[in-house]
Amino acid sequence: MSKIGYVHSLESFGLVDGPGVRYVVFLQGCALRCKYCHNPETWHNGDKEWTAEDLARYVLRYSTYWRNNGGVTFSGGEPLLQLEFITEVFKILKKEGVHTCIDTAGQPFRPDDAEWLAKFDELLKVTDLVMLDFKELDEEKHIALTGRTNKNILAMAQYMSDKGQDMWIRHVLVPGLTDDEQGLKEMGDYIATLDHVQRVEILPYHTLGLFKWEKLNLEYPLKGVPTPDKEQVEKAEKLLRTADYQGYLKN
Amino acid sequence: MVNFEQWNGFKGSIWKEEVNVRDFIQNNYTPYYGDESFLAGPTEATDKLWGALQKLQKQERAQGGVLDMDTSVVSSLTSHGPGYIDEELKDLEKVVGLQTDKPLKRAFMPFGGIKMAVDSCKQAGYEPDPELVKIFTEYHLTHSDAVFQAYTPEMRAARSSHIITGLPDTYGRGRIVGDYRRVALYGIDFLIEEKEKDFANCGDGTMTDEIVRQRQEIRQQINALKEMKIMAKGYGFDISKPASNAKEAFQWLYFGYLAAIKTQNGAAMSVGRISTFLDIYVERDLQNGTITESEAQELVDHIVMKFRMVKFARVQAYQQLFSGDPVWATLEVGGTGLDGRNMVTKNDFRFLHTLENMGPSPEPNMTVLYSSKLPEAFRKYTSYISIVSSSVQYENDEVMKPVWGDDYSICCCVSATQTGKEMQFFGARANLLKAMLYAINGGVDEKSKKQVGPAYRPLTGDTLTWDEVKPAYLRMLEWLAGLYVNVLNLIHYMHDKYYYEAAEMALIDTNVKRSFATGIAGFSHCVDSISALKYATVKVIRDEDGMAIDYVTEGEFPKYGNDDDRADDIAKWLLKTFIDMIKKHHTYRDSEPSTSILTITSNVVYGKATGATPDGRKAGASLAPGGNPSYGAEQNGLIASLNSAAKLPYHWALDGISITQTINPDALGHNDDERVGNLVQVLDGYFDQPSHHLNVNVFGKEKLLDAMEHPEKEEYANFTIRVSGYAVKFIDLTREQQMDVIARTCHASL
Repeated sequence: MSKIGYVHSLESFGLVDGPGVRYVVFLQGCALRCKYCHNPETWHNGDKEWTAEDLARYVLRYSTYWRNNGGVTFSGGEPLLQLEFITEVFKILKKEGVHTCIDTAGQPFRPDDAEWLAKFDELLKVTDLVMLDFKELDEEKHIALTGRTNKNILAMAQYMSDKGQDMWIRHVLVPGLTDDEQGLKEMGDYIATLDHVQRVEILPYHTLGLFKWEKLNLEYPLKGVPTPDKEQVEKAEKLLRTADYQGYLKN
Repeated sequence: MVNFEQWNGFKGSIWKEEVNVRDFIQNNYTPYYGDESFLAGPTEATDKLWGALQKLQKQERAQGGVLDMDTSVVSSLTSHGPGYIDEELKDLEKVVGLQTDKPLKRAFMPFGGIKMAVDSCKQAGYEPDPELVKIFTEYHLTHSDAVFQAYTPEMRAARSSHIITGLPDTYGRGRIVGDYRRVALYGIDFLIEEKEKDFANCGDGTMTDEIVRQRQEIRQQINALKEMKIMAKGYGFDISKPASNAKEAFQWLYFGYLAAIKTQNGAAMSVGRISTFLDIYVERDLQNGTITESEAQELVDHIVMKFRMVKFARVQAYQQLFSGDPVWATLEVGGTGLDGRNMVTKNDFRFLHTLENMGPSPEPNMTVLYSSKLPEAFRKYTSYISIVSSSVQYENDEVMKPVWGDDYSICCCVSATQTGKEMQFFGARANLLKAMLYAINGGVDEKSKKQVGPAYRPLTGDTLTWDEVKPAYLRMLEWLAGLYVNVLNLIHYMHDKYYYEAAEMALIDTNVKRSFATGIAGFSHCVDSISALKYATVKVIRDEDGMAIDYVTEGEFPKYGNDDDRADDIAKWLLKTFIDMIKKHHTYRDSEPSTSILTITSNVVYGKATGATPDGRKAGASLAPGGNPSYGAEQNGLIASLNSAAKLPYHWALDGISITQTINPDALGHNDDERVGNLVQVLDGYFDQPSHHLNVNVFGKEKLLDAMEHPEKEEYANFTIRVSGYAVKFIDLTREQQMDVIARTCHASL
């Protein structure tokens, strides 16, 4: 019996969700409550069910657009909440030579749970790239921003570094919230200790998800916060030393 | 075999034995595989002329859209003396010739219809010469008057209720592409000789209707050729012999096109596939060292400047349909040969480069004949130009080449035609969505409540199912297809008789192939409505007379534009059903019937004339343009939407299926390199499927909103966007059309 996954929505045309042209599957559910979340509607579990087999077959229709530069990305919500489902989809896709990618915040990572780690290892075997969000390096700040600790997230980065898993590290830049110089510098130092980081990206905060909060009758915590300008982004890129990571250009 | 010294250095022989430009091209063009680094910027002359022209365009806009108008001269090949962009700069113009004696001055063209000629003057504040009005009202019948005299009451009713709409019955039908290259390659005298031979060999002496008509038409063509020489002489050129160098080739060719736009005011006046042809002359001059790259670019810039200047006098109602003063001076680059060779030349880069040298522009309607087999450097350059200008459209060479060969031109917005071998009877569109409402209401128009269609039994239930609607819809479509074809038969008979395109047809083979181009409006809404009837519950809301005026649709139903076979199979079924109905009927002059799914900007006006529909579309709301999915229907992003469109077989809609998509630059990639690479990949993926057409816009909604509120800003003066089938300056759209463009999906997954 093929695994069942809970899918929030499908986007056939993702060009900023991993290398090249991506088919993006947004999964339901997330335990973080990031103040700048642009997909708050994916926080709770939904009921659009797909079997792994059906989903894999369906997305393969788009392979003509991927060529040697593109593939399938699982995002969310938090995709790792449906670890086994993704593993099964990726197993089928890898047989067809598709590039696979996970866009995660790492929150479900359980460093002390051997059973979970075994499943995670299974997933990494069929995953070409993990895009890991670093929200904040400082734990307190992280809790303030997301409601949860980042200890396990940092552990996950280290775990993948040790395993030889290709990674992109991404940081959402919110002026006045996630852009303090010291914090960014420390994050840059931390990233430098990791291996197999192919790219480090600043994702400038945007307000395109704001209407979704309104639709859900949720108070938007970042009301009135401006989007960063070009200089702010460039400054943050320098602090994170993004130019040092060119591995992604090789394919 | 004739041999002109002007042909020195050119290879091949068949094209010397007969008029055969394709053979000339295949024997002589130089495929180019490199990138854009060879290109030259604008010369000083180009900057000066373009500056002068932009000033005039600004003035034209400030005056409400018309700079100047003829009121007392009937436009012909020889009606006007020479005209220049600017008298003081005229020595700088490397390619000369205007429609009238002054730039952007609109000619008086009464042959298509005197009423339209008069109205377009009056609406712009001009008074046409009463003597001319009298002549074309009392002594000479114009195309439009002839058509309206012959219309049946049923045709008039269908026309005024807009179930058949956009008909070429008040002005030129357009869509005929003369092979303007012939003027450059052969010179006029040779072309006259060939036409004289055709005249002598016309039939076996039995004077059938067709032969008599052909003899008369050839005579008109020969007269037009002679007049072209006189027209050129006015500018100091003798075009009786072939062009001897690149500069002459550009000029000769342009004179051929100028002859067309001086005599015909068709909605679409395409230039055709001229780029690779002209490159042969440029290459020869470059080899001989008689031209530099900068001079070559200057020739291209200057001829393009002329294509940016084409104007016709139009009435306001026309503007509502086709906004922004378009003329569809469509021009192609790219494509591959039947022998598999790449037909991209350096000139293709030069033509695209005009959008950098002189900024974005709606005209000429720049069309890339696309294939993933084209050189990568070219595909990247076209994508780059798309991203910076949103002025380029793409058509699939891989599906068109098997049908039309490797020397086809685009004769309108997206429709292919074999250059110099073919002409088209343009047929506007039938509103298949309205036909569905007629099926439900027994032929009574939902807006006017008049009996327009046949009085079949209306469907009176409180809810409707597809089982019930289908037979009624099929009956109504049969009626519509028959009426539609016959309206067109009548129009084109009269057009041939009263407004024959002598100048264009003089540059086309005498034994011409004719196509009969019908069209569909409301396509995606029909598909979604059928899907709603099939998969959801459609409740009918009736007015006091029991007429269905609105629908409440409950439950989910698949929609076209999501790569969902349930909806897309309906789309295929509808297209096939309609074209098969069209094909049952006799078509004028044994022309080959085809259909299209393209609506230009007229989707707004067509929507206004159409009541509420079972897919949830409100009464009067705009239809989705061309083959685009309905507003808000696309739930799975751009590529899923493209996949739906790609399922429609091109050979069922040989006149074209136009798709327009807008991509937010931030969603296309993080930087320019990524954006270019990603767009190439999307185009490759789409056109490797049997898809037909794609308009690509790259900008965000914010820019549109700002341009709508601040049209006076300098940056928006030439801000061009692709709409269904053509490009237009955004600020020239009506407010309603601007809102419509803004409302459409902008693909911006971030």
